[in-house]
Amino acid sequence: MSCATESGNCGSPAGQSDLSPEIWEKVKNHPCYSEEAHHHFARMHVAVAPACNLQCNYCNRTYDCSNESRPGVVSQKLSPEQAVKKVLAVAEKIPELSVLGIAGPGDALANPQKTFATFRMLQEAAPDIKLCLSTNGLALPEYVDEIVKYNIDHVTITINMVDPEVGEKIYPWIFHEHRRIRGHEAAKILTERQMRGLEMLTDRGVLVKINSVLIPGVNDRHLVEVNRAVKERGAFLHNIMPLISEPEHGTFFGLTGQRGPSAQELKTVQDECLGGANLMRHCRQCRADAVGLLNEDRSAEFEEVDEMQPIYDFEKRRAYQEKVDRERLAQLAAKEKAKELAIRENALDLKVLVAVATEGGGRINQHFGHANEFQIYEVSSISGKIATSFAGHRRVDLYCQGGWGEEEKLPSVISAINDCHAVLVAKIGACPREELRNAGIEPIDQFAHAFIEEGLIGWLSDYRTRVESGRIEHRPRGDASIRQGAYIAA
Amino acid sequence: MAYKIIASSCTGCSACEPECPNQAIFEKNGTFLIKPEKCTECIGHFDEPQCVAACPVDKTVIIDTAYPRYSA
Repeated sequence: MSCATESGNCGSPAGQSDLSPEIWEKVKNHPCYSEEAHHHFARMHVAVAPACNLQCNYCNRTYDCSNESRPGVVSQKLSPEQAVKKVLAVAEKIPELSVLGIAGPGDALANPQKTFATFRMLQEAAPDIKLCLSTNGLALPEYVDEIVKYNIDHVTITINMVDPEVGEKIYPWIFHEHRRIRGHEAAKILTERQMRGLEMLTDRGVLVKINSVLIPGVNDRHLVEVNRAVKERGAFLHNIMPLISEPEHGTFFGLTGQRGPSAQELKTVQDECLGGANLMRHCRQCRADAVGLLNEDRSAEFEEVDEMQPIYDFEKRRAYQEKVDRERLAQLAAKEKAKELAIRENALDLKVLVAVATEGGGRINQHFGHANEFQIYEVSSISGKIATSFAGHRRVDLYCQGGWGEEEKLPSVISAINDCHAVLVAKIGACPREELRNAGIEPIDQFAHAFIEEGLIGWLSDYRTRVESGRIEHRPRGDASIRQGAYIAA
Repeated sequence: MAYKIIASSCTGCSACEPECPNQAIFEKNGTFLIKPEKCTECIGHFDEPQCVAACPVDKTVIIDTAYPRYSA
């Protein structure tokens, strides 16, 4: 068995310095595999794979697959020909597009003809777009050769357990070798095939991300074991996502009152897995036909597939990517400089969470009222040195609509970032500013349009000074809530 | 007899279509249908009817009593 961590250091998925050059080359422009890339590059999914070969208790097949989309949404189903046309049309309008994924709305490998036909045609028409697919892993061992053949160098497998005792509480049945199999036997076959498929892929050099749905009371204590098992088999990233179980989605878990985790519970499990397979914390659980940067969904602009006559412009796309490369170097330099400036001996040790409003590009460039999500960073000062790491994102209801803020929306925004000490924004109105202060969250606009890390480090450095001088008292923050419901274009 | 698909509960996911050993299943207006004259209830092919076993929505593929029992 090969382990990616032995050959090239898995390190942190956040940056170039931690990865071997060939792996960095594969992930640097992939918004789902690199947290850093997700500020600059866009992905799209095409819904060419409607069938599934098993049932999950958090899924209602009237809607899309919940592993890869948010529960309760329906995607526009496409033929492979329509899908390719749509990708080209999107690439023409959105030069940020770097990745095409097939993630359902069922399981990519339960629809092998449609999935691979799409990849084959797209590879001919737009060879610079990276391909990836998502699967529950049941059919995976049969298709590893084909995955390698089409140069699909990113595969996501949803693995919620490595123990059939846990698995039978998540999967009521599978359809395998012409039989519907239930209970313990079904979960045993599934986990064996998932592990085998994972080993086969990593042996062939395919980067594999593991998605796990955190289900409190079912697999929350077990995900550390899953993390260890997938790391052993060479998984590149582990993405632990919260269960979403609104009763109106009609899932088994939704109807039986199984709750999802709080932000703190999610972070606790993610932190328990530190040292194991790398964690991905920027997943948006986007729908199977999502289009755009990870914090947006522009799929509504691209619905009239049959009317489209796209022109694929390599030059325009290359120019954009070169611009991004320059920006990323500047971002890295700014971060190093800010770190340098903030070094101070005998400083107080602190570790806090900070929310950031950004529209992409790695900068603090969004108005508080225009944010439909905040990026959450952990910022720490240890032995006088300040470090930042991405901790996740929080989706919120847009506070500002039609030019002015809606007061009843503010409490929900606050509860989504209630575990943060500050929120960094490009601009903020007087009213929400006051409310945030009352809630104990500092609204900060002095780093408007700076790179995110510059702002984070600058703010913590200042906060540290204020705490040390006794002007303010450092207090721990409470928990925050994870917003339920489908993520669609606002 | 033959199997039939209740159109109002069919999600159009196509899971049944490639499983049918008789190519009896086809799509019409976004949902799937079974040609009863081609359906053999999978007798002689598999232990259980494949469309029933593959369908994600309970009671969507049911036996159609309007047709006589299939005999091989």
